[in-house]
Parts: sequence; C-alpha cells; structure tokens
Amino acid sequence: MLQAIRRYGLMLVVRPVARLLFSLDVIGADKLPAHGPAIVAANHNSHVDTIVLLCLFPSKQLAKLRPVAAADHFDKGGLGSWFSRNIIGIIPIKRGAASRHEDVLAGAKEALARGEILVVFPEGSRGEPEEMTRFKTGVARLVEFCPEAPVTPVYLQGAGRSLPKDAKLLVPFNTTAVVGDPLTWTGSHHGFVEELRACIEALKAQAPPLRWE
Amino acid sequence: MGVELFGVSVYVVNPALTFGLLGVLALLVLGTIAAFVLPVVQPGKWTDLGPRMRSWWIIAILVGGALLLGWQATAILFALISFLALKEFLTLAPTRKEDRLIVLLAYISVFVNYGLIFADYLFEDSYQVYLVFIPVYGFLIAAAAMAWIGRTDGYLATVGIVHWGTIVCVYNIGYIAFLMRTPDAEAPAGAAGLVFFLLFITQLNDVAQYCWGKAFGRTKITPKVSPNKTWEGAIGGWLTTALAFYFLAPYFTPLSPLHAAIMGVVVPIAGFFGDITMSAIKRDLGVKDTSRLIPGHGGVLDRLDSLTFAAPIYFHLLAYFAIERF
Repeated sequence: MLQAIRRYGLMLVVRPVARLLFSLDVIGADKLPAHGPAIVAANHNSHVDTIVLLCLFPSKQLAKLRPVAAADHFDKGGLGSWFSRNIIGIIPIKRGAASRHEDVLAGAKEALARGEILVVFPEGSRGEPEEMTRFKTGVARLVEFCPEAPVTPVYLQGAGRSLPKDAKLLVPFNTTAVVGDPLTWTGSHHGFVEELRACIEALKAQAPPLRWE
Repeated sequence: MGVELFGVSVYVVNPALTFGLLGVLALLVLGTIAAFVLPVVQPGKWTDLGPRMRSWWIIAILVGGALLLGWQATAILFALISFLALKEFLTLAPTRKEDRLIVLLAYISVFVNYGLIFADYLFEDSYQVYLVFIPVYGFLIAAAAMAWIGRTDGYLATVGIVHWGTIVCVYNIGYIAFLMRTPDAEAPAGAAGLVFFLLFITQLNDVAQYCWGKAFGRTKITPKVSPNKTWEGAIGGWLTTALAFYFLAPYFTPLSPLHAAIMGVVVPIAGFFGDITMSAIKRDLGVKDTSRLIPGHGGVLDRLDSLTFAAPIYFHLLAYFAIERF
C-alpha cells in the first residue's frame, strides 16, 4: 500500500511538478544503475537534489531507491519523520554525535544487502550553493562492505540556486544532472573518495555553463 | 463558435480552421509513418525522428486543444509556455546571488501579463494596460527593486537581462493569447483561425527555409551567428511563406489583398530575425539548446524563437489593418 502511494505519488505528482519547476535535464541517463545493489553518489547543494535524483529513475525502480539522509534533520520525529521514511524512503544516518561503538552505516549496509540502490551525498551537508566541499569517507566504507555495488557519480547543477541552504523561498531554475561511468572499490578509503570527487568535478564540463556569482 | 440548431446550441468549428487542423493531423501521421519507416531503410540516420514526432504530437494536441476550447484555455497554456521559456532564459543568462527575488518577480510578471487578458472587469480596456505593463512598468519595477537590493557590481547588465527576458518570453508571446480575444465575427475563421494562421505561417517559414537551404544553399547569410543558414534558404523560405500567406489569408484573416501582401512579406522576415536573435543569444551563453525539456527539439525557447518576433508584429499589423477590437 505504502509502496503504491510512493510510486504513484512520485509518478503522477512529484515528477510532473518537478519537471515544470526544474526541467530535470539529464545527460547520460542510460548510465544509471538498472538494479541493486548499487550506489549513486552526487554533489549536494539543496533539498531539491534528492527530488531531482529520485525523478531521474523510472518509476518501477522507485521501490528500491533509498536516499541516505541526516537523522538530525529528517528524522526528528512526527509527521516529517514518517514522510521522510515512508514516502521519500530515506535511510536515516546519525551525524556528529554518534558514539564510537555504534556503526552509523548499519542501516545503509542492510539496504545494500537487500539489493537496494542507495542515493548518497558524500559531502555530508549542503554547504554553499553550487560549490563542492570535501567528501567524507562513508561512501568508501559502504562500497568496501559491498564491493559488488558499482558507484555511479552524478553531477547536479542548479538546485542550489532554486533552494539554497537556509533559504525560505523556492525560486524555480532549471537543473541539469550529468551521469558518469560507474566506479568500483579500489582498496583505499581516501583514494576512493578522491577519485569519486574528481569524477564528479569532471562531469561538470558537460553541464551548461553556470553564471551565477 | 456556438450555433443554434433546432433550439439546441451546437459547437461548430469553422471550415477553414477544421481544414487547417486536419492538415496538421495529416502531417503528423505522415511524420509518424516516416519515423517508423526511415530508421529501417537507413539505419542509424534517423534516430532523432521518433522522439521529435512524439513531441510534435504533444505540442499539436495541447495547442490545437487550447484553440478549440477558447481564449481562456489558450491564455493558460501560453502563460505556462511563457513561464517555461522565461525560466530557461534566466537559468542560462548570468544573474547574481542577490537576484533570486528579482527572478521571482519576473515569474510573477507572467501571471500579471496573462491575467490582463482576463481583466475585463478591472479596466475599461485591459489591452491598453497590457501594452504598457511589461515594457514600462516591468522596466521600472525591475530597475527599482534591484537598486533597492543594493548590489551595484553587475547592476546594469543584470537589470537589462531580466527585462530582456520578460519582453521576449512573456510580453511578445502573450500577444498570441491576446489575439484570441478578437471577436469571432471579425475574422472569417474566428479568433482561433487568426492564431492558427500565425502559428502555421511561422512554422512553415522555418520548414521552407530549411528545405530550400538543403536543396540550394550555398552562400552563408549569418556565418557567425547561425552558420547553417544560407541566402538561398532564407529567400526561398521567405517567398514560399509570403505566397502561402497571400493565398490563405482570405480564409483566416479579414485582410484586403494589398494588406495580405504586405503582411506576407513582413511576417516571415520577423520570424527570421527572431530565429537568428535567439541563435545569437545561445552562442553568447555557450549553449546549443536552451534546455532538454522537449525530447528531440531542445527547450521551449528553441521552439519559440521565430514566434518571439513574429507574434507582436503579426498582431500589430492585423490590428492596424483590419481588427476593430485592438
């Protein structure tokens, strides 16, 4: 039942509205993973990023798509929490205050083991609009745990302009997503995230020029 | 167009308009057959044709449906088209971080611009207000609001860009919708016939230019802006469109033969300049298409380019020569 609401809600409401507001231009859509376990990693500037990424996939794959999101922001309890978990389908992850003995990635690892497709933002936070910060190593630890999962890099442009961090007002601008060739586990946490970051940085060249200062 | 028949109001579509819409339908069917046949005959050469034809079907159904439903539906559809075009323009054109609010105001101008088409009870003649709203008041509001926000570097360039975008995408395109408010008695195929004729003529001009250019094109006409365009294509397309305009005008417009000849000459030239103006902008911004919203075509603004110039000129000449309402 929930899956049906989620799927048709996305197909009939979220996707048409998002297309109207953000155009959702995509380059290289055929490189997106067709089945799990897989990881899609993108740069992060806005809450809109998650919507854009979910809308890139065909709706029948939606049941398997799980955005990994900060628990302190999206899992604060109440209706918001219910919506994030059941409709957006997030896997909450603790940031900062997690204790040393706790594996914060446990939920994400279980999802990979179930053959789901994780959507991750390795910057860990939205940061300054349309600027990329350094990558955290969580994504490398996930792919080390599940080396058969390819990591598909995606460069997202434009959402940071529509809804930057701390903005109250959404102003529609078109977004472009550039999908790159998938990466596989290389054996080094820092090496892997550096490679991933370089990949996403390189995809930027295919997006239309962004003139916004 | 309602007609009383045995005491029952029957919706009748004018014969010229019916003929025009059936002609479009025939072209769509032909194109769709071509999209199935050509890729089989010449593999790998016509991959773009399938999505292109699918998009044409959607465009034709939306526009044709709106024209048949009346001026309200047409105004709503073109308001949406203007919003999408303006969003493409403001996404690609340089703006500053402080300008988000100005961009939002530009979107709001779409509502006001098209709202004026409905505002019969608010103004004695809302057309008079339409004429000055974006060119004068849009200009003043954008300039004042951006000065108020207070960032001075890039002020002049950005205020110019925002006003340029609203004129081209909203004000000029809005004329198409306002033309639908011509009383049906004033044109042989009603207001919908006038709008249909404008859209048909501008699309015919694009296609005719392309065909003449493919067949005889040698001398480049705008080598820096649009290198595929040739003098042969432009003149061949112009003559073809002018003749089509002259001979079809009696069925769709109330123009006298002399006025039809003048408009037949002028409107395709306007379309040509709309086309190369948009090409110049895209070159300046460093993009080939304004977005990827319409599969096989590019963006909304790519599809509208000739119309952004042809629509206001077609409207003004019609109003000057023949239409009492405007």
